[in-house]
Amino acid sequence: MAVNWSKDVDQALIAAKQQDRPILLDFSAAPA
Amino acid sequence: MPVKAHIKEHPAWFHRFEAVWTPTVLLLDSDGKERVRLEGYLPNQDFVAALESGLGRIAFVHKKYPDADRWYGDVVTRFGRSHSAPGAMYWRAVTHYKATNDHAVLGKAAEELRSTYPSSVWASKAVPWLPKSAE
Repeated sequence: MAVNWSKDVDQALIAAKQQDRPILLDFSAAPA
Repeated sequence: MPVKAHIKEHPAWFHRFEAVWTPTVLLLDSDGKERVRLEGYLPNQDFVAALESGLGRIAFVHKKYPDADRWYGDVVTRFGRSHSAPGAMYWRAVTHYKATNDHAVLGKAAEELRSTYPSSVWASKAVPWLPKSAE
């Protein structure tokens, strides 16, 4: 199943609040 | 709600969330408060179990006990060999106790932890819950 990753944490924080959902924030340094 | 932060694209986020190593995965609740921090690689089963435990934690701190019970129960039943399973068993018992005020569930959980995960720190943490005759 494909994950629809966001790349805007501030937008995600607003959406999480509005939708009462948690956020998974993945920090990576791996080559794309 | 998954968000990806790459060191080359979002170095400021690393500083903002104090991510000092990769991989680091944070679970934030809907208020943006950090509830779980996973640092370093985990095999798939352990990673999923840790995320589910984290979702249980978020539900627990928001007093959504049925949801917390479901997440912790899933870790115990589906990922019983994962590193997160003993903690999930402990917190599932705490969730039951918080929801019902039934002390008996703690004693049962302590015995289950001692028999299933005897070397786990969670078995040690549950020792005070054991009936006096079982300590």
